Amino acid sequence: MATDLGTSPDEVQFRFREDEVADHGTVTVDACCDQTNATAVRIEPGDDARVLLPFLDRLALVEVNFPSFGDGRGYSAARILREAGYTGELRAVGDVLIDQLSHMRRCGFDAFAPDKPLDEDDAKRAFAQWDNVYQSAADGRRTIQELRHE
Amino acid sequence: MYKYDSYDQAMVDARVEEFRDQAQRRLDGKLTEDQFKPLRLMNGLYLQLHAYMLRVAIPYGTLNSRQMIALGDIADKYDRGYGHFTTRQNLQYNWIKLEDAADILADLSKVEMHAIQTSGNCIRNISSDHFAGAAHDELIDPRPYAELLRQWSSFHPEFTYLPRKFKIAVIAADTDRAAMRLHDIGIQIVRNDAGEIGASFYVGGGMGRTPMIAPQIRDFVPLDQLVTYAEACLRVYNRYGRRDNKYKARIKILVHEMGAEEYTRQVEEEFAHLLEQGVEPPLAELERIKPFFADPAFEDGPKSVDRSDPDFALWVDRNTVRHKHDSYVSAVISLKPVGGIPGDATGDQMRLMAKLAKQYSFDELRVMHTQNIVLPHVRIADLHALWTELEAADLGAPNLDTIEDIIACPGLDYCALANARSITVAQRISENFAKKNRTEELGQLKLKISGCINACGHHHAGHIGILGVDKKGTENYQLSLGGSEAEDVSLAKITGPGFDEDGVVGAVETVTDVYLEQREEGERFLDTYRRIGMTPFKEALYG
Ligand code: HEM
Ligand code: SF4
Repeated sequence: MATDLGTSPDEVQFRFREDEVADHGTVTVDACCDQTNATAVRIEPGDDARVLLPFLDRLALVEVNFPSFGDGRGYSAARILREAGYTGELRAVGDVLIDQLSHMRRCGFDAFAPDKPLDEDDAKRAFAQWDNVYQSAADGRRTIQELRHE
Repeated sequence: MYKYDSYDQAMVDARVEEFRDQAQRRLDGKLTEDQFKPLRLMNGLYLQLHAYMLRVAIPYGTLNSRQMIALGDIADKYDRGYGHFTTRQNLQYNWIKLEDAADILADLSKVEMHAIQTSGNCIRNISSDHFAGAAHDELIDPRPYAELLRQWSSFHPEFTYLPRKFKIAVIAADTDRAAMRLHDIGIQIVRNDAGEIGASFYVGGGMGRTPMIAPQIRDFVPLDQLVTYAEACLRVYNRYGRRDNKYKARIKILVHEMGAEEYTRQVEEEFAHLLEQGVEPPLAELERIKPFFADPAFEDGPKSVDRSDPDFALWVDRNTVRHKHDSYVSAVISLKPVGGIPGDATGDQMRLMAKLAKQYSFDELRVMHTQNIVLPHVRIADLHALWTELEAADLGAPNLDTIEDIIACPGLDYCALANARSITVAQRISENFAKKNRTEELGQLKLKISGCINACGHHHAGHIGILGVDKKGTENYQLSLGGSEAEDVSLAKITGPGFDEDGVVGAVETVTDVYLEQREEGERFLDTYRRIGMTPFKEALYG
């Protein structure tokens, strides 16, 4: 049995899902590929999110770790999972700060467990930062270019 | 010129308000400098040797007179009365107070300008051909494609924390006036055999400590897949670019270490996947953008000038460039007066250039990567009047692409990373050649100076390059020869041991002597160097 390395439900500060918070033993990407019953996994910046694609059906929680906010690999990992049709919880954990929230949300994250809890008002404003967006991403928002040509 | 609609304006305004709040929290002490740093960097605000520096984006180097006036007014109101045009077609203010930063950004946003993504590890301001829309040799105006990419790259959710900064250039002529292949991504708009317009992609160029020329990775991307292809290039980089070492983090290192072929294979795979995701903006958007860059109403007129005033004739020969309409030229306003600071302009000069643009160039100006300003569409009939006003304002130096037209970074006079001064070296070299009256004789000679290995002054791409190095605490300069940023792109080679300041000024003169002795009919300095190689220059320098 791999040791649980994930965040616990009470460390999740923001969540945009209605379902029960997943509380499973979280395993590494390597372990997830070997263990047919793992339902929660944690992606580190160096992991290839695509190796998880064959197992998406059984996963209820994917944590993406940001050891430092400046390492942006987790944004690509998140979009890759969403583009492949993953609908479970996608949780950003680690050095998650106010100014990254809106981008993370756009890349498909729907739960946030920052190392240091964030100011609730600042976070609320950050999530609402963009009335409109220039790019199509994992949040399914219609882009400015699409709105211009409806 | 492109005009913001309410969406574009709202995006910039939202960012200004956000930054105002952040700057206030910093001033109130609620944010530490460490916490504030990534936020201010995303808004182009650097802390330098003496003050804050603010970098303003000038998308694809195009601006109108209203914007130029605003830049001049900001220089007077918040800086010391001048600004510095950079090799990335941007403008920098060197003496900014943190208290004023948000107000400056608000002033900029009133004229559809900003400082967004002019620093930080994100996609930077997109550069282009400074003669776009005016050049006689272009296939099509490249700026609509640059604008499409500007929108795509602004606040991109996936690519704001890349391994390193990311620079894109878009051109649409075989003559490369934007150093396209020295960018992270260089795009040339081309026509294929079937007569369709598309984009040719070059990826992995750059300067800095490991200069590289970008290889072509795709010869033709259809226009309705342009953004998707760029997205694929970026995603492979974001996932696999090195993050363990800041000096190896640029995409050039990834492409080099992985091999262009393997990188291309991965991009193509990602591209095929992304095509199914529908990330491309509707093609109608490109059609919406294009009319903003439509030709102004050119009129037939005189096609030659009265050359009786030799000073005027010299300026016309040196500083005006053939236009696609034969009654017009593009006129270059040199920001390189002999002994001046390359790329600096005062608030008064900016306002004058704005006035002249309005009067003589359909309200348009361009910033060149060589730190000069272009009036893209000037009637040949108006040239004398234009020149007369420029002369009176010390803006009439007839030295485009000559040894006086030096590119120089801010260097030790301003920059916290510098090893040596760049500006004084540039000043002394231009004074020396002007005094000896040799500028004209030397013809095209591109000299580029960087104050340290980061290569902001493009020294790798100079016919003659000068690099400031630190030698046991004293300023020292390395000389290199044979670089080019143009379509005949090449990287300069170091001549040998470095020189002190006096020495490097003399060394430049020595290599130009070798050129004058050895040149054959019609050869530029670069051509002679390529023909005879380094040895004769080395012998003259060290022999
Ligand atoms: C004074 C403040 C400045 C600082 C702190 C600064 C810093 C840097 C650094 C660290 C790099 C190297 C990045 C890398 O290789 O990954 C760089 C490259 C560069 N900077 Fe600057 N810079 C400054 C001003 C300028 C100015 C004034 C210009 C234009 C005249 C400029 C244009 C460039 C260009 C063109 C490059 C090379 C791009 C490449 O490597 O492909 N910078 N700068
Ligand atoms: S080349 Fe070096 S000294 Fe010059 S501006 Fe860039 S970082 Fe500063």
